Amino acid sequence: MSDIVDTRGLSCPQPVLLVMSRIKGLEGGEVQVIVDNEVSRENVSRAAGSQGWEIREELREGEVRLILRR
Amino acid sequence: MDVTRNIFSTRTGIIIVGAAIGVLAALLQKWGNPGNMGICVACFDRDITGAVGMHRAEVVQYLRPEILGFVLGSFAAALAFKEFKPRGGSAPLARFILGMTAMIGALVFLGCPWRALLRLAGGDGNALFGMAGLIAGIWAGTLFFKQGYNLGRNNQQSVGTGLLMPLLIAGLLVLRLIYGPVEGQAQSGVLFYSLKGPGAAYAPLAISLAVGLFVGLLAQRSRFCTMGAVRDLLLFKQWHLFSGFVTLLAAALVTNLALGQFNPGFEKQPVAHSMAFWNFAGMVVAGLSFALAGGCPGRQLFMSGEGDSDAGVFVLGMITGAAFSHNFGLASSPAGIGPHGIAAVVVCLAFCLLIGFTNTQRAQA
Repeated sequence: MSDIVDTRGLSCPQPVLLVMSRIKGLEGGEVQVIVDNEVSRENVSRAAGSQGWEIREELREGEVRLILRR
Repeated sequence: MDVTRNIFSTRTGIIIVGAAIGVLAALLQKWGNPGNMGICVACFDRDITGAVGMHRAEVVQYLRPEILGFVLGSFAAALAFKEFKPRGGSAPLARFILGMTAMIGALVFLGCPWRALLRLAGGDGNALFGMAGLIAGIWAGTLFFKQGYNLGRNNQQSVGTGLLMPLLIAGLLVLRLIYGPVEGQAQSGVLFYSLKGPGAAYAPLAISLAVGLFVGLLAQRSRFCTMGAVRDLLLFKQWHLFSGFVTLLAAALVTNLALGQFNPGFEKQPVAHSMAFWNFAGMVVAGLSFALAGGCPGRQLFMSGEGDSDAGVFVLGMITGAAFSHNFGLASSPAGIGPHGIAAVVVCLAFCLLIGFTNTQRAQA
């Protein structure tokens, strides 16, 4: 069971703030991030990627989910 | 789908965009725009406010095509790349007030963050204080973010709502085309024009509009944001947007040097005053306002073109702030701060702090 961060309706920099606070201190694991716009997708991917997390994308029920793994 | 899908959202992309804006802004000065004001979102919004008669400061009235191009270019790019997304409803009144405070603060300094960079690139030392104020204001904003500041989620809106800002801007463009400037006339149809001062200095319509559209398109793709540049560096130690910010400065500086537009000093700089503290304080207010609203004035225009009506509300707040600034003596002039500039800074800062503190919840997320 992985954590889910819902960033829908939030604008810059809230999605990155939420994701960073969620992954901060985590040794590894999986965190799912629901994004609803291209900017959030880019910003969250860039921020998590810079922390060494791998990012995969999935389309689930019309929602884009970023699956962060480390 | 990875980040590199959008070339302009890469480090290289944002640097190209910063360079393009820096060069074009300096060139616009060569082509007729005011000194160290090739592009200034605050000043140009203020000039538009004057052009439609919402203030009657005679030297700053011109319906700046660059601003119209920013929104329409962003709108076109958003449509072309399927990013036009009508949204809104996240604390609109707070955003309106932040637009007002941002504009009032910027007009105490005499420039938005873009112009702060262009003033530096033109050798205006007074802009150092404005830039310091901008950074201090954004830093204060990051403190709120760290405590959980958030204006709340937006909601999907109707296509018609998303189209309102681009349509409004298209309407202004039609007015500009119908009622163009007439030599020696302070009014043409419903539009007001300056006969002297910065409002009378402008590049030809086609050039201004073309540059505006081009920058709007680039900025929509790259998410270029001057406030975000400083904020992301302070908040996340992320250099992405900042690399575009610095490149804008460097590109404008090099272009100014090449064109003989670099005049270092503090006195008699174009459309600037040398009251260091108020240059700083005005931009503290503006920087904090931009940070709390989530975007510099340029970014707010670009987002309004993408269908973000909260950003559109911020822009309308800026227009109202410009009207207040010039109707009530809040704006500075080359002679110094306005008669009520100090009160304006204090009151605007108080409003920003109220919005900051009352929208902060430690236990969010």
